[in-house]
Amino acid sequence: MSEFLQFLLTGITTGAIYGLIALGFNVLYNATDLINFAQGEFVMLGGLGFYTLGVVLGWPLGLSFAAAVAAVSLLGLLLERVALRPVKKPEPLPLIIITVGASIFLRGVAMRLWGKDPYSVPGLTASAEPVKVFGAAVMPQSLWIVGIVVAFMVGLHLFGKRTLTGKAMEACAIHRNAAWILGIPSDRMVLLAFAFSAGLGAVGGVIIAPITMCSYDMGTMLGLKGFCAAMLGGLGSHWGAAVGGVLLGVLESLAVGYFSSGIKDAVAFLVLLGILFVRPAGLLGASAVKRF
Amino acid sequence: MSSRARLYSTGIFALGIVAVGLGVSNPYEQQLLTIIGIHTLLALGLNMLMGYAGQISLGHAAFFGLGAYGTGIFTTHFQWSPWASLPVVLVTSCLVGYAIGRPILRLSGYYLAMGTLGLGIIAHVIFREWDTFTGGASGLVGIPPLVVGRLVLGLGRTGFFAVWATVVLFFVLCGRLVDSRIGRALRALGDSPGAAAASGIHTAHLKAVIFSFSAVMAALAGYLYAHLLGFISPSSFDFLMSIRMVTMVVIGGMASIWGSLLGASVITLLPEWLHVFSDYEMMAYGLILMVVMIFLPQGLTRGVLDAFQRARTLRGAASS
Repeated sequence: MSEFLQFLLTGITTGAIYGLIALGFNVLYNATDLINFAQGEFVMLGGLGFYTLGVVLGWPLGLSFAAAVAAVSLLGLLLERVALRPVKKPEPLPLIIITVGASIFLRGVAMRLWGKDPYSVPGLTASAEPVKVFGAAVMPQSLWIVGIVVAFMVGLHLFGKRTLTGKAMEACAIHRNAAWILGIPSDRMVLLAFAFSAGLGAVGGVIIAPITMCSYDMGTMLGLKGFCAAMLGGLGSHWGAAVGGVLLGVLESLAVGYFSSGIKDAVAFLVLLGILFVRPAGLLGASAVKRF
Repeated sequence: MSSRARLYSTGIFALGIVAVGLGVSNPYEQQLLTIIGIHTLLALGLNMLMGYAGQISLGHAAFFGLGAYGTGIFTTHFQWSPWASLPVVLVTSCLVGYAIGRPILRLSGYYLAMGTLGLGIIAHVIFREWDTFTGGASGLVGIPPLVVGRLVLGLGRTGFFAVWATVVLFFVLCGRLVDSRIGRALRALGDSPGAAAASGIHTAHLKAVIFSFSAVMAALAGYLYAHLLGFISPSSFDFLMSIRMVTMVVIGGMASIWGSLLGASVITLLPEWLHVFSDYEMMAYGLILMVVMIFLPQGLTRGVLDAFQRARTLRGAASS
């Protein structure tokens, strides 16, 4: 029983991060109908940036957290301006190839800057003593992760419902041209969505780094799992992202615990393929996702 | 291209290959040219899917690996002759391609890209983890070479001719295919799936057929690769390989048969010419993909040709 609980808790921890990455996908999808294949690279850059600022340069952890996230958000803006805005005919095939290209490019840059070795990053609290919960050990970092993810979920929800900018963004998500006619600067909202989405990815990278180590090639897998979580919960649904992320994390953790660690990465994709075929709107998605 | 022009150009191409094959005696260059041939097969197959039918696959290395591991397992674990495993590998990849293609190509756009990417990752996990058969991460060694009579096909001149004969065969085959009824149906599908369906094209079946066709070509390339090298490892069939294939198509140009040759040559030769290239390989692929797609969404050769054509028409219009 305590073994099961241990797997469950581990699953929830990684699942929360998948949920956060999924949230990044959703923010961008809602504003632009775009799936950014470079999302995982933002996660990786968040983690490695945090390592450089916090460990190599010795900045205070809170400050390096904020700086890493801000820098990656700026990179998200840059991606939109440089690579996606100039596209004349925004059809899926070129856009997919461009964001895949961006992802490979960022990965190559990170490999040059940080090398191929994985780095270990300290947790957000100094103590490494695990907390005991019903016989299962919980690392303090896991508590941080769940707390931060919940805070971002609630924060984003409030931002969307309570602030003018948030409401303007929602309007853009519903109908971009209609929002533009009503005087909402929809171009700026798209930029904001890119910055948010990249920033959310970077937060995911900073908080996952202490438990998985971080390296230049961690992004692809995390990005894909984030997408998987987003699809599982229903693309575009914020709470769906959280549910999808946790569900995926737990499934993965159980598969690793009871079968073998080799199939860990395959689980996410079997789930993804299953959901794409059977219920592309996701578990919580209200509207049918266009897939034809 | 008219069928006569295609016949002549293929004939000249075949003569050129014979000349190169007899002229080049440096083993390193022969080896390089053989690899270019294998990559051309991969690019041509993927181009049929991406360029003509307008469907993306980010996991085509799976079928390249299926061909290589399929024949590798039959010939090393079960001591089959390579010639016996050839039809089995081709038929299997054809069936697997259709069986996977039929459901996965119901998806389109981003979902198809993610779905095929997932497929590639699962295949890579299988190649790496199923170590009783695939040899795991360290790979599969001792794959026997192809033997014709008393001639052993290796990476040198013999392999060169075997691979490039296959390439010429598929150039002819694909050229005939795109000029046929199926080819027109494919282009209609690529331009507008709805309109194609309305004109009586069974789009779901056709998409799966072309996916299966490109899977067979990738598997054949994998078969040749395995028997010529004698050794395969999972790292040759990973996500980066799938990206390499997409980059070849993008450089060569969508819906361009000869472009596949160019794309494959560039991607194979770049790391050889620039020795520092391996450090910058991913950056270079990323930049190529982004820049070409932003400015020339039809791919490099098609885009340049189109721009040339436009300039000529403009000049023609101005002078008349």
